[in-house]
Amino acid sequence: MQTLLFLILFPILVACLLLFVKRTTLRYAVVALSALAIGGASIYLLMRYALEGAVYFAAPSETVSLAMVAIEMGLALFIIYMGAKFRNYPAIALAVIQAALVVYLEATFSGSLHAVNNLFIDQFSIIMALIIGIIGSLIAVYAVRYMETYHHHHPEVRNRQKMFFFVIFVFLAAMFGLVFSNNLMWVFFFWEITTITSFLLIGYSETEEATNNAFRALVMNLLGGVAFVVALIILAATEATSGGIDLARVLASSDAAIILLPAALIGFAGITKAALMPFSSWLLGAMVAPTPVSALLHSSTMVKAGVYILVRFSPVFAGTLAGFSIGLVGAVTFVVASAIAISQNNAKLVLAYSTIANLGLIAACAGVGTYMLVWAAILLIIFHAVAKALLFLGTGAIEHRIGSRDIEDMEGLIVRMPRMAVMMFIGIAGMFLAPFGMLISKWAAIEAFVQVQAPFGLIFIALLAYGSAITVFFWAKWMGKLVAVTRNQERVEKGFFEESWGPLYIITGLVIAAVLLFPVISSILIEPYVLAIYGVTALMAQANVAIMLLMMALLLILPVSFLLFRRSAKRLPAYMGGRPATPDLHFAGSLGLTREAQTRNYYLAEYFGEAKLFLPGAVVCTVLILASWVLAGVAL
Amino acid sequence: MTWTWLIGAVLFLVLAPVVGGLIAGVDRKITARMQGRVGPPLLQPFYDVGKLFEKESVVVTTAQNFYVLAYLIFIALSGALFFAGGDLLLIIFAFTLAHVFLVLGAYAVHSPYSHIGAERELIQLMAYEPMIILAAVGLYMITNSFYVADIAVTTIPAILYLPGVFLGFATILTIKLRKSPFDISTSHHAHQEIVKGITTEFSGSTLAQVEIAHWYENVFLLGFVYLFFAWNPVIGIIAVVVTYLAEIFIDNVTARVRWQAALKSGWFAAVIGIVNLAILAYILGYMMTGGA
Repeated sequence: MQTLLFLILFPILVACLLLFVKRTTLRYAVVALSALAIGGASIYLLMRYALEGAVYFAAPSETVSLAMVAIEMGLALFIIYMGAKFRNYPAIALAVIQAALVVYLEATFSGSLHAVNNLFIDQFSIIMALIIGIIGSLIAVYAVRYMETYHHHHPEVRNRQKMFFFVIFVFLAAMFGLVFSNNLMWVFFFWEITTITSFLLIGYSETEEATNNAFRALVMNLLGGVAFVVALIILAATEATSGGIDLARVLASSDAAIILLPAALIGFAGITKAALMPFSSWLLGAMVAPTPVSALLHSSTMVKAGVYILVRFSPVFAGTLAGFSIGLVGAVTFVVASAIAISQNNAKLVLAYSTIANLGLIAACAGVGTYMLVWAAILLIIFHAVAKALLFLGTGAIEHRIGSRDIEDMEGLIVRMPRMAVMMFIGIAGMFLAPFGMLISKWAAIEAFVQVQAPFGLIFIALLAYGSAITVFFWAKWMGKLVAVTRNQERVEKGFFEESWGPLYIITGLVIAAVLLFPVISSILIEPYVLAIYGVTALMAQANVAIMLLMMALLLILPVSFLLFRRSAKRLPAYMGGRPATPDLHFAGSLGLTREAQTRNYYLAEYFGEAKLFLPGAVVCTVLILASWVLAGVAL
Repeated sequence: MTWTWLIGAVLFLVLAPVVGGLIAGVDRKITARMQGRVGPPLLQPFYDVGKLFEKESVVVTTAQNFYVLAYLIFIALSGALFFAGGDLLLIIFAFTLAHVFLVLGAYAVHSPYSHIGAERELIQLMAYEPMIILAAVGLYMITNSFYVADIAVTTIPAILYLPGVFLGFATILTIKLRKSPFDISTSHHAHQEIVKGITTEFSGSTLAQVEIAHWYENVFLLGFVYLFFAWNPVIGIIAVVVTYLAEIFIDNVTARVRWQAALKSGWFAAVIGIVNLAILAYILGYMMTGGA
């Protein structure tokens, strides 16, 4: 239990310490050392508890719970203050409603708000802890140098780095708390902390746009928070059969009808936090924040909290119509968000839409909730966290060097920033190509949906088939831009702060390692977890695993063939309609003029634009969310 | 598992280029006859590829050779997995990976014609991918297995349950065989509006590798067609021949369409497939729940 408490409390300690650190070098040292400690502790957690299954800890309750309520009230006051300051009345209203509900819950059901064990750890929590502890803290390390450069590039932004790093580490602490808590009141407390921290981080630059987007994120997440409290009230009111606020008891409850409605409400909270449609806009708006924030929100924290809770509750959703509705919200989000990603040329927006899409896929798996799908969902969480962190950090580094986050401007990156381009290449491959992680999970999801009761399974398969085809398109064209060998362009790789590359190298290694180690990850962590809950477990056929590893080996060996092509070969400029041309795409036009040809990717905005697709997608998803409540209510 | 799977893979790797080349020869001959020409000798594709290997090595960038080699290797790998009786979904994904390499090769050369060809190739990929996944799912619903080894020995006439899926598959087969009306990214025929599209900058032995990869690919795709008729090998082979002849016919009587039409056709084909599968799921509901 000490390790759990360490992981929750140590980041808070570091956060407080960072409030007093002004110099970048010192801050770097503090952050790097704490990252080492946090990462080390989460690996220790893996070695200590991986083979033990679920372990529960009593942990102090009375005073801590009281303190949590006090902090929640304080946070509500803070939101009201901020809401008043920026005249955002929905935020005030939601904060007041939420605080009132919490008070009502505490006052009315104080007798049934006790969990025997407040903390716990099982394989799924270990996986989440590893993601938070390793990826999350690597992003924090990267952020130190990034923020220095950021303020160099943006002198107009008030330098609040002390606050920034305080919030980042509180965020990590809250995430650890969230995945270790067995007391749903505690889960809710940490849940609200992540809402506030993301609000503060998104609004960091204090521009009007940043403030607006921060409030949008806040309002949407508070909406989910309100649903969460309502779920807690229902659970507390039905404590005898539902298990109250004890997560383990709720999941083991034999009264499936009673817990379905609270589960659907908590699922809704998960949907808001995971930015599924129609709530996707807060995550897109969050792009105004400095890049490490995006990396953190998208890979290891925040949105992962949303899907974490969905996957936790998926045994409750399994086989229910309410669960199917939630799953469909995810599947529709997957297709629509992927399609919109085609029309985006802003790298960060492509990444954001892809995050939303993949969270949708995870939610689809969690909502339908068969054992194979839970297996696939957890795999997706792992692979997505690693690859997406790499892509965000990479995009941030590129933006600092070339001064743009437009994919079109990344043309020829392989010439200008070869190492960076290779890392981006691996990151993108990690998102959609065999034998990399996301594809393994997608494949597992298809195999799993095939076995889901008709006609539901088929609906999901159809959505998945279209969605994954679309995914190939928008990733491959980005990859193409990166690998274009352009001429007469200088290398701009040097000059970027060396230290920041450390985390990038490590995460790139993790993307590849995740593929090579995935059979081990699956057999040690995911399969036992699924087995413990469902009594059966999914695993991938040995032969297929061998083939995947063979493909990976091939991919690692193939670049050696470059050596073969080094010699000989005569070089000619590209064909330009038979006109005399130079390698940098200039050709002899008419009247003796030299003209330049340029290449641009297809964005097909006419067919896949945001304006065209967002509204239908949002409407469908809203209807499905309402349907999930109605269906859960009917079951009652 | 016995070693027979290895025999299938090795036979494919060795024989598919021969069979694929012969099919290409027959294709050219029949196409010529349909157009009232005599046409080249049957072995012309082999002469062509042989000659390409003797050409001087000319590149725009050396990286292009790497991508094309990777394309060839992964096409061969996915076909070998298919004839080894492997998992259809995995084969489809390896197949996609191969094509992404070809596309990247075309991007790498940074040439206007290649670039447009690459974009169109990606659109084609997006157009056929849903249907090819649904085809695998359809075969799974009939045979309860994603393994080619199991599907190939089934005694159930899959085609009778999956007419819509087969129709959809035949549609995207036109895309995959680079036949008109969907030969938008590159074409077997002489110059198109974007020259040779995706292969514009590939020449000599690199172009020969693209050609050989295409032969591998065609044999693999015809193998896929066979799966729909696998319950009776004779009918199966006849069906494969008839399907291919139909594709040649369509190639000769249609004009190239725009990418929008190609994408819509591919996605509409998938809709037909879905409708077929929905009806099938309704009729054979027990197959999905009971796993019978």
